[in-house]
Amino acid sequence: MSAPPAASERPPAPAKPPRRPGDVVFSGLSTASAFSILLILAGVAIFLISKALPVFGADPAEVTGGEGFLSYVWPLVFGTLVASLIAMLVATPVAVGIALFVSHYAPKRLGTAVGFVIDLLAAVPSVVFGMWGFQVFAPKLVPLFGWLEEHLGFLPFFESASRTGRTLLTASLVLAVMILPIVTSVSREVFLQTPRLHEEAALALGATQWEMIRTAVLPFGRPGVIGGTMLGLGRALGETMAVAIILSPGVFTWNLIDTGNTTVPAEIALNFPEAAGLRLSELIAAGLVLFGITLAVNLAARAVVERRAEFSGAN
Amino acid sequence: MSKRIDVKNLDIYYGDFHAVKSVSMTIEPRSVTAFIGPSGCGKSTVLRTLNRMHEVIPGAHVTGEVLMDDRNLYAKETDPVDVRRQVGMVFQRPNPFPTMSIRENVLAGVSLNSKRLSKSAADELLEQSLRGANLWTEVKDRLDRPGAGLSGGQQQRLCIARAIAVQPEVILMDEPCSALDPISTLAIEDLINELKSDYTVVIVTHNMQQAARVSDRTGFFNLEATGMPGELVEMDDTPKIFSNPSKKATEDYISGRFG
Ligand SMILES: Nc1ncnc2c1ncn2[C@@H]1O[C@H](COP(=O)(O)OP(=O)(O)OP(=O)(O)O)[C@@H](O)[C@H]1O
Ligand SMILES: [Mg+2]
Repeated sequence: MSAPPAASERPPAPAKPPRRPGDVVFSGLSTASAFSILLILAGVAIFLISKALPVFGADPAEVTGGEGFLSYVWPLVFGTLVASLIAMLVATPVAVGIALFVSHYAPKRLGTAVGFVIDLLAAVPSVVFGMWGFQVFAPKLVPLFGWLEEHLGFLPFFESASRTGRTLLTASLVLAVMILPIVTSVSREVFLQTPRLHEEAALALGATQWEMIRTAVLPFGRPGVIGGTMLGLGRALGETMAVAIILSPGVFTWNLIDTGNTTVPAEIALNFPEAAGLRLSELIAAGLVLFGITLAVNLAARAVVERRAEFSGAN
Repeated sequence: MSKRIDVKNLDIYYGDFHAVKSVSMTIEPRSVTAFIGPSGCGKSTVLRTLNRMHEVIPGAHVTGEVLMDDRNLYAKETDPVDVRRQVGMVFQRPNPFPTMSIRENVLAGVSLNSKRLSKSAADELLEQSLRGANLWTEVKDRLDRPGAGLSGGQQQRLCIARAIAVQPEVILMDEPCSALDPISTLAIEDLINELKSDYTVVIVTHNMQQAARVSDRTGFFNLEATGMPGELVEMDDTPKIFSNPSKKATEDYISGRFG
């Protein structure tokens, strides 16, 4: 601690550039926002963990199912993962196809119109998807399930078909429709950003339109498509209403086309209102597990994107 | 492996805009032809009509003929993809595919155009193309590194290697050295000199010394006023254009008395 320099003295050697008031205010505000999000996140985590703790210490016999938390939670996790994965596998190729159509094949007007409709789809609330899936889509799927049972019934996934269509596969397909807009619009954005120079490089080598897309557009857009898919997967993993309405829940089964299985969010939504004590802890712990899964999925996606960062062209 | 190009009464448009007026010229095989002229006079535009890259731009079209050894590139039955396989192109800014390694970049065109190559055939073509572009010794130890990690001059030579790997008849270059330092520029000029023993080369350049150094024939393009279409003023042997051009506009331009 030295005395403040006299007014006439020059400031010490590496003079800091003057800080303007606007900068000070804005950097203060943005720093505060950044810290508040961390605080909120920490608060949520602490809440989840502290409320979930009792279940881990509890007597296994007292947990729902009577065999401890792990055996309670894994079928839920299985249902969640299977539904989300099917949704992702179905939605991604369709989304990439639509995005390519809009960005590279369609005449400008038509492309814009299709893009607009897809964006509208994103604005439909999930309850509406749930009701539609329950009322319209599920009954329509019943014949398909019958066909699957008949021809692929030797696989454990298609052993016996439901009469109502309210199955995990139905929920997965509705989830696919729900995540389609986000995957599509992210993919479309990155495809549109493909540098003209690279597209022309491919064309000048004698690439057809599709070959140009394969050599220039898709590799360039790959990280974006992965990012969009992960956003969609995140939405599918956490989707509550649609699944809760469509699926008629039940115990674990490999069979995807009959009643049975459920997902973590649906389980929580359906049981939370009446839950208390240990049951409440169970549900919260299940939520914590879902939180962990989502985090892991996102980290994995990042790793995939960064593994070939050198080749990304972002330089 | 090199062809003669005859351009006949070619008019070039961007939508309604008439960019270049009635060009007729002959480009000799196994020679280097340079296009010079002030900015905006349509050099790049003309160059891009020679491999039908012009029409990639929405609304762009041409009237007239471009004959390559008597085959009209603009005939109805001609597939532009075929044309581009025979007429390679190197752009003003180096544009290796960023997601590909050096090796994949060189072989990009081949893997599009043809059946699968065996590993040894691919290796051979890779080395031959990189040697052809004077890049082999610099990159032979890092063929699997990203092409975008090379220096600008090396990237441009990589693009040349990529263009010659498909064994075209003609190579078009649009100001291939404008983004490069003098040493890389020299390397590319040497390369152009070697390329002309196998290919027909057409190069656009703003650098008149460069045109004088590398080309056998030079075409001078000009435009009378902004908004007017550009035109080919004259085309002749390079020494003649630079010492004794037949048009006044050419002389003004090369002696720096332009505009
Ligand atoms: N994509 C395009 N759309 C519309 N007009 C264009 C386009 N590209 C070029 N033009 C116009 O065509 C004319 C010729 O352009 P071009 O790029 O061929 O000139 P250039 O001689 O290559 O110029 P430079 O030496 O600056 O590269 C110019 O008037 C230009 O504005
Ligand atoms: Mg140009």
